[in-house]
Amino acid sequence: MELSERRGVVSSPEIRRVPVGRRVFLAMAGLGGVGVVVGAKIQRAVGSFLGSGLGAFLPGGNRFRLYTITGSFPVISPAHYRLRISGIVERPVLLTLDQLQAMPGTRLVKDFQCVTGWRVPRVHWDGVRLADLLDLAGVGAGAVALSFRSYDGADTESLTLDQARLPDVIVAYSMLGGPITAEHGGPVRLYVAPMYGYKSLKWLSEIRVVDKVEPGFWEQNGYAVNAWVGASNGRSDAPIE
Amino acid sequence: MSRTDPPRKGTFGAAPPGKRGQVHKVVLARFDAVERLAHWANALLFGILVATALPLYFASIESVVGRRALVAEIHLWAGVALPVPLGASLAGPWGARFRRDVRRLNRWSSEELRWLRSLGTRAVPSRLADKFNPGQKLNAAFTAGAIVVMLASGSVLKWFTLFPLSWRTGATFVHDVLATVVVVVVTGHVVLALAHPQALRSMVTGTVSEDWAHRHAGGWAANELGDGGSVTPARTGGEPGPHDETT
Repeated sequence: MELSERRGVVSSPEIRRVPVGRRVFLAMAGLGGVGVVVGAKIQRAVGSFLGSGLGAFLPGGNRFRLYTITGSFPVISPAHYRLRISGIVERPVLLTLDQLQAMPGTRLVKDFQCVTGWRVPRVHWDGVRLADLLDLAGVGAGAVALSFRSYDGADTESLTLDQARLPDVIVAYSMLGGPITAEHGGPVRLYVAPMYGYKSLKWLSEIRVVDKVEPGFWEQNGYAVNAWVGASNGRSDAPIE
Repeated sequence: MSRTDPPRKGTFGAAPPGKRGQVHKVVLARFDAVERLAHWANALLFGILVATALPLYFASIESVVGRRALVAEIHLWAGVALPVPLGASLAGPWGARFRRDVRRLNRWSSEELRWLRSLGTRAVPSRLADKFNPGQKLNAAFTAGAIVVMLASGSVLKWFTLFPLSWRTGATFVHDVLATVVVVVVTGHVVLALAHPQALRSMVTGTVSEDWAHRHAGGWAANELGDGGSVTPARTGGEPGPHDETT
């Protein structure tokens, strides 16, 4: 059976036939395996060589990917935007975008790093330190953490008060050299530089000061609550910036 | 089914009324039903995977489509299903002809190797051309390799807790780069299919004309028809195939 089948394949038995197909297949499988193991290094080398400009156009390059959790993202006009600070505070606060931008600002140039492995290097951010906003509202006794809500009605996030007071944790109104676009979470979003991107909640609508850490949307879906870059799941090499 | 590849041929379907008695074109069986089903099921899964990959990958499309979790779920299950059409059609007794074609796709003659070394500039003489040309053989091997690598890297992405941290980044890299190559190759495959309608039609009907076979797969055609191109069965196994309706 086997023999006669083979004879059926070869139209001229005299011609020697080389199993090129198998070699191509095995070469691809081998390259794929090597790529999975050392791809992080390759990507890092390519990414730092090309920078955020050209790298954004290459597969596997340093570019933003959107992880929407709702059918569409909210588009909020700057005039209608409001940021509410509530919960265990001395003075509940409701800020317009103008009021937020009138506060002392801070500028950061830092990587945006996703837990799934991609990283956009040297992103420009402008915003107000979260610590300054907490001081504006006045944190009350018994407060331990913050819960954040998004205008998309679905996403939530959390930070402890200590994490929130870090100097590179800001409520951002500018990103990539201009106002934050709707797809990137504008007009106002969180930017938590020392943690993975899912902590940087988009379309920020409310900051509640609470007495315990309430795990946010992604944390309820298995991601670490304390999402320090390199210390929890995801890529562990040092940020470029 | 006979032991050797039966030289199936006959007239192309039943003659329509009024044309009875006219000369009918001789056709050769190129793909059986199992092979065609496997091809189109595989093509459907590739289509779903590419369509769902676009919003997952491009922020501008994602911003229009949304519902990332649902799109990702469809992508995941289409990926998990990817080995099913090829595996199921190759595994059973129904896959004998497909298995023979896989062996044929694997093996390259010296003329085909010359085509590869010359980067496609030195064509295989049509009288020596196999049932599949070297480009098609390369495409088949690439597709098999791509399925395995995409499945493996996709599995690391999905079940990342089971693997070292850096593998997740590496798997993202491999999955993204190979996905780009797959889109290029599949696009080329579709363009070539549309440029060669009879080859495309054979993936639907299963047959090609004798004329086409001589032009594009001369060695195979001569072997199937007997060296003189005779229409009488050249070898054993004259059992009528599914396309041997004589009118």
